[in-house]
Amino acid sequence: MKYSYYPGCTLKTKAKELSDYAVAAAKVLGVELEEIKDWQCCGGVYSTSKDEIASKLSSVRALAQARDEGHDLMTLCSACHNVIKRVNEDMRGDENFRTKANNYMAPDMEYHGEANVVHYLEMLRDVVGFDEIKKKVVNPLTGRKIGAYYGCLLLRPGKVMEFDDPENPQILEDFIRAIGATPVLFEQRNECCGGYMTLNDKELAQKRSTAVVDSAVRNEADCLITACPLCRYNLEVNSETKLPVIYFTELLAEALGIKEVK
Amino acid sequence: MQKIGVFVCWCGSNIAATVDVAAVAEAVKGEPGVVFATDYQYMCSEGGQSLIKETIKEQGLTGVVICSCSPRMHEATFRKTVEAAGINPYMLEIANIREQCSWIHKNKEEGTEKAIILAKAAVAKLNLNTPLIAGESRVVKRALVIGGGIAGIQTALDIAEAGYEVDIVEKQPTIGGKMTQIDKTFPTLDCAACILTPKMVDAAQSEKINIYSYSEVEKVSGFVGNFSVTIKKKPRYVNSDLCTGCGACMEKCPSKKTPNEFNMGLDNRTAIYIPFAQAIPKVPVIDTAACLHFKTGKCGICQKTCSANAIDFDQKEELITKEYGAIVVATGFNPLKPTKFDEYQYNQCADVVTSLEFERLMNAAGPTKGVLLRPSDQSHPKKIVFVQCVGSRGQSCRDHSYCSKICCMYTAKHAMLVRDKYPDTDVTVFYIDVRTPGKNFDEFYRRAVEEYGVHYIKGMVGKVEQVDGSLKVQASDLLSNDQMVLDADMVVLATAVEPDPTAKSLATMLTASIDTNNFFTEAHPKLRPVESPTAGVYLSGVCQGPKDIPETVAQGSACAAKVIGLLAKDKLLSNPCVAHSDELLCNGCSTCANVCAYGAIDYVDKEVNDHGKREVRHIAVVNEAVCQGCGACTVTCPSGAMDLKGFANRQIMAEVDAICK
Repeated sequence: MKYSYYPGCTLKTKAKELSDYAVAAAKVLGVELEEIKDWQCCGGVYSTSKDEIASKLSSVRALAQARDEGHDLMTLCSACHNVIKRVNEDMRGDENFRTKANNYMAPDMEYHGEANVVHYLEMLRDVVGFDEIKKKVVNPLTGRKIGAYYGCLLLRPGKVMEFDDPENPQILEDFIRAIGATPVLFEQRNECCGGYMTLNDKELAQKRSTAVVDSAVRNEADCLITACPLCRYNLEVNSETKLPVIYFTELLAEALGIKEVK
Repeated sequence: MQKIGVFVCWCGSNIAATVDVAAVAEAVKGEPGVVFATDYQYMCSEGGQSLIKETIKEQGLTGVVICSCSPRMHEATFRKTVEAAGINPYMLEIANIREQCSWIHKNKEEGTEKAIILAKAAVAKLNLNTPLIAGESRVVKRALVIGGGIAGIQTALDIAEAGYEVDIVEKQPTIGGKMTQIDKTFPTLDCAACILTPKMVDAAQSEKINIYSYSEVEKVSGFVGNFSVTIKKKPRYVNSDLCTGCGACMEKCPSKKTPNEFNMGLDNRTAIYIPFAQAIPKVPVIDTAACLHFKTGKCGICQKTCSANAIDFDQKEELITKEYGAIVVATGFNPLKPTKFDEYQYNQCADVVTSLEFERLMNAAGPTKGVLLRPSDQSHPKKIVFVQCVGSRGQSCRDHSYCSKICCMYTAKHAMLVRDKYPDTDVTVFYIDVRTPGKNFDEFYRRAVEEYGVHYIKGMVGKVEQVDGSLKVQASDLLSNDQMVLDADMVVLATAVEPDPTAKSLATMLTASIDTNNFFTEAHPKLRPVESPTAGVYLSGVCQGPKDIPETVAQGSACAAKVIGLLAKDKLLSNPCVAHSDELLCNGCSTCANVCAYGAIDYVDKEVNDHGKREVRHIAVVNEAVCQGCGACTVTCPSGAMDLKGFANRQIMAEVDAICK
């Protein structure tokens, strides 16, 4: 199985390990991730203003390239996934936006939302299967109590993401069970960490991220896992309560016994 | 050759504004068979009907075409009109030039052209019509009520009052339904049990009412006036004739750890149990999943205890088949279980309860004897938050789009009762809108706010968190645009009303229709609210849509009136527009029987005379009393043997030819 892979800027810099472990683990699971050429930053935020075109064009370009390569487009960072999947939805359903975007870019072949956007976790669940992962685990993380932090972007808006139930998610908990650890449910697992506010209202970001970590601590989690570099940064730096925050791919690599390979 | 009169209606300006009615009348004059054509302002008025009758006599008409509104509106009216003038009522055709023409066109030229085409098609069909005679069928003078809640009980009592026999089938061990679990009723705050149990007793004591409790409908066949229903009586393992209801078996039963359904699982019951003190019949049931005798083969203490010798471990399921003239669906509802609403922590936290659970916590016969205690630590809650519209009025897949209608009122009731009983308790209600139409309802809600000091906040709760044994409720106040976190000891979720899970399979069994939410569909949303579209099947209570108790009782009685109207008849005229099979063309392939939704087609071996050749053939025969005239068989039949009286293939083709000319 092969995917066109869109890593995104942060995964090439600050969150390099999120991506590196993902690519290595995918190989063990029989999945090839081929980075698309000349990708550009997704913009980091999906603009909800209807007349905003420019900030969405880099996503359109990545999507069109995946279409041309004949693969689904895989994302890993929650923010990239959110932006690209929503832009793809616009290209499919919003005729006005589609026409403008295509006119603006004048590609060889117009893009109409043909590519599918798949998050790495969806691939683990739907293509590889958590039962299959369980079989390939050589180093089960038995006894570790892990809180799955979804954050706000990964699952919402539910109708577009079609990833998991935004209020009742279970994909990360199933993942945690697959690698042999015990999932810890905590109330704030799908609430915003305040990450986007960290620059203009640091106090709010601190309040939100502390609420998230406190909730995990109260429910006796040893650590948190996330798919989002911004969440990780925010929970580590801004939260007044401290708890290790790890990318889920790092634990996957550890369980598959390839953590040192990198 | 037919002598046809064509009557074009103006319907005031409804038709005449977009269709040149005089031109339509003029245009059909040259059509085959047409000897008379005119237009008139209101054909359905007395004057219009007289005009039709007089013309029939003067012109010696054999058939009539009326160009007017949909046949759903006035076909019955005009059939009577022509019959009164001596023409067979099936020698009438209606061309719908209103709903399907004038109302949907703006351009008068186009409208007129289309009306002329529709009129010509009706004339073409009428030329091939033959007089049809409706058959008769008997009416079994007994009704079946499915569901023994307040709706079913009310319907049964009213039918019995009129002197007809009624059977109630209730799947639970007792009748009474959801109302038995309710503490007080709005807006009068009288005790639900006090007003319900006398009705339950009346039903049990009525000579005309027969209750099949702990039973389910297994199979339904037949048609209006002549249903045959198989009822499955599940084994109670207690002989109802011998049991005195003393309860000694329940006291001695060693298996005491089964969640008590009547108290919403907030306490436990024994394996042999009577759901509640006023249950009818007051005969226990053995829950075989919990009973030690059924699980291990040992125990049998109840049997040894029972002085009446009523315990019968060998009791078997029993199937009873009876005939009924009418069937009433009164299957009611269940409140949604909010397991998918994790933001409220219902799965994780014992102090987050549904409204029906809260009813039990407030009820003197409930798990706490009516003292409001938190399930987690049995302490008195000092701060309670109510969340409305949980699962109602939503857009996601876990929500229902409809308003459950009763939640605003019962939440106001809960809030008021708490403040009345425990004035030191702080009560907050989160709402989207407060909807209180109903007699004395808005006054009731205002009392909760103004006299009882309940805090109402427009906004919804986004998250409930457990912190140090209490709850933090994260919510927004939409009027002041504030984000807030409230402390609470308990959270009560007003969960949506959902039709009983049996609704879907029952609807299939009855060939009654249900909507996308699994509520039963009424025959007409305004004018036939208690009848289903299937003749002889009636709807009572919440199975048709969310309702409070007064509405349910009113609908239950309305439903009874309709049933009584049917049972009062000795014979029913059947629809003569039914299928029939040409025995010379039929090859016995049974394709038609496979598509027939009503089971109206049988196969017989019959001697036929095919142009002088006599032989026995396996051929289809339509039971005209069962056939609903849907036509599915006629289009399925590969040899063209099946045809529908009044809508024969030739007639339909003549219409199509006329339209395409």
